[in-house]
Amino acid sequence: MENLLVAENIYKQFGNFTALNNVSIAIPRGSIFGLLGPNGAGKTTLLRIINQITMPDKGQVYLDGTPLHPKDIAHIGYLPEERGLYKSMKVGEQALYLARLKGLSKTEAKERLEYWFEKLQIEGWWDKKIQELSKGMAQKIQFIITVLHRPKLLIFDEPFSGFDPVNAGLIKNEILQLKKEGATILFSTHRMESVEELCDYMALIHQSNKLLDGKVSEIKRAYKSNTYEVGLESENNTALLNELKEKFVIGNTNFKSINDDLKLTIQLNNGETPNQLLDYLIGKARINHFVEVIPSVNDIFIKTVTQNA
Amino acid sequence: MRNLKLIIQREYLARVRNKTFIIMTFLSPLILVGMFALIAYLSMLNSSEQRIIGLYDETEMFASEFKDQEHVQYLDLSGKPLEEAKKMVNEQDYYGLIYIPENLNNNVEGVQFFGKESPGLGTIQAIEKTIADRLTREKLIERGIDVNQLNEARTEVRIEIQNFAGERTSKMSNYIKMFFGGAAGYLLMMFIIIYGNMVMRSVIEEKTNRIIEIIVSSVKPIQLMMGKVLGTSLAGITQFAIWVLLASVLAITSFYVLGIDIFTVQKSQLETVEQIAQPEIAQLVIDVINLPILSLVIFFLIYFIGGYFLYSAIYAAIGAAVDSETDTQQFMFPVILPLMLGIYVGFFSVIENPHGSISTIFSMIPLTSPIVMLMRIPFGVPWWELAISVGILIVTNFGVIWLAAKIYRVGILMYGKKASYKELFKWLKY
Repeated sequence: MENLLVAENIYKQFGNFTALNNVSIAIPRGSIFGLLGPNGAGKTTLLRIINQITMPDKGQVYLDGTPLHPKDIAHIGYLPEERGLYKSMKVGEQALYLARLKGLSKTEAKERLEYWFEKLQIEGWWDKKIQELSKGMAQKIQFIITVLHRPKLLIFDEPFSGFDPVNAGLIKNEILQLKKEGATILFSTHRMESVEELCDYMALIHQSNKLLDGKVSEIKRAYKSNTYEVGLESENNTALLNELKEKFVIGNTNFKSINDDLKLTIQLNNGETPNQLLDYLIGKARINHFVEVIPSVNDIFIKTVTQNA
Repeated sequence: MRNLKLIIQREYLARVRNKTFIIMTFLSPLILVGMFALIAYLSMLNSSEQRIIGLYDETEMFASEFKDQEHVQYLDLSGKPLEEAKKMVNEQDYYGLIYIPENLNNNVEGVQFFGKESPGLGTIQAIEKTIADRLTREKLIERGIDVNQLNEARTEVRIEIQNFAGERTSKMSNYIKMFFGGAAGYLLMMFIIIYGNMVMRSVIEEKTNRIIEIIVSSVKPIQLMMGKVLGTSLAGITQFAIWVLLASVLAITSFYVLGIDIFTVQKSQLETVEQIAQPEIAQLVIDVINLPILSLVIFFLIYFIGGYFLYSAIYAAIGAAVDSETDTQQFMFPVILPLMLGIYVGFFSVIENPHGSISTIFSMIPLTSPIVMLMRIPFGVPWWELAISVGILIVTNFGVIWLAAKIYRVGILMYGKKASYKELFKWLKY
């Protein structure tokens, strides 16, 4: 079975509002899957359906090839966007309680908690109450609770929101570590740079519809526009610019350079290759800089969303 | 099931470990006893006040009739002009002035009482009776009837109330039944409000803490809700059990002090009563012992659980529908209303006629039945009425819990919105 989780034709309506309209995603085993979309797109609803918190009106979710079953909660770890802990309960007691709700036995839960507390250097917190801890400290506890039962599938809803940079980095490393250990990770975010950094696959949801999904590298390839960023040095930059403008679509750009360059983006016409562009440029100027423009996830996001608006 | 147990355990411990719970459990019986003592002390203080009442009697018939009593002194002011007597009563701060005009026989309405403030009902009745008695006697003599003979002929009837099982009751025991039934009903209402509120606050707490979504990714919302309701009810039963225990210890101690052996005084044994120095207190004790205390306690628990489940499911749904406790006001009124209705029906209708149609109907309606039926139980309710009432309560419970769970399930995941009734109705269909 290649895909750990498959959601098929999910449809969910709240009153007259359609939260998800026929959305399907497939998450390959061992990958990090990014679920993108503006606020209110339906990401959290989809995550809640996968967590069996909400039931879909239509559609089916499969985990490991079989329809989702209530006892599958033991295989899923969920860190919701709206997260918190009991303020007046002791840290250890609380972690133990939540771990046992996930199906761990008391001794097992305690052992694993001790391991994690040691790993994150928070051994002294066991008898503290949450209200005595800072927000960042509480977030560490929440993270531990999410991963403690070693789920096959980890779901993080906006995992980095509200984290300070130190904790965000720590969580990022832990996520990568968990992936290495074989976990499949689904996270939703509207922060594009984290997708760029972490995700192998992504899906874009906008206004309850899935607009796009697939491997991040393939999507990028599909979205590139045969454009190159160049830095050219010639005797008459203005003449060169005018000449290029006649042949190509030229844009302005900026990059760091020690030379007094003409900085441009050049979009090639259909069928033309970068080699042809180089051939053309070689005789006219000194080429200090030549890079293919690969669209960022952010660009793709904005482009797709505005196209469908 | 395992998760339900875990939730119940957590909720129970969270309630019982709470400082307020511990303080309330042990302090409120003390406060209650203290309050009774205070009321008794204050009413003693009130009646020990000395009152002087002026008497202005133009007929000169009544001066000997108004005899000084322990707390009331009568002062004959008949000699002076009426205005002067009034002025004197006013200046001397006397309680008041009784004015009895001449020709009383033709003018019975003419008797007046002047006072700074309106006098107590008891005082007025006593004065009226004194005057009426004297006038009646005069009239009897006028018509040639021998007052002594009349008094001899007067017969007193005291009805002995007895049920078919042969248990004797007295008027006193009716008061005691009212007291115990009323106390049980009132206590039940307080329990429902206090523990229902606890459930509601705990739901709101989970919402504002934002822990709710973490939990419902592990358990079903209805499990969480039921766990919360059950765990909190166990805390309530714990508190009740502690109170019953404390009350029993207190009762046994006081019986011991009064010298009554509860094991021999089972069914109104008059012989035992006679042996005791204070027969009135002994009769009271016997009446209390004759109450169906055991069935009262058992039905208190049954109706507490039934009524509490019903209301706390509603409370849980309210908690889920709001974001903070201050937003709960608009939903609280419809919850408090049937509880208050139950209490009022209990205090007015049940006391008037414990088996009348109003009392019977309200002891069947599930929102009021726990309170009203508890008040009726000391007067003896047929088993089939109890069965129907409890049956209706159980069926309603299922329905209400089902509806509440639907609202709860949606509400706990709604943040930053204060729901209206219309929205709640919509949630039922999600």
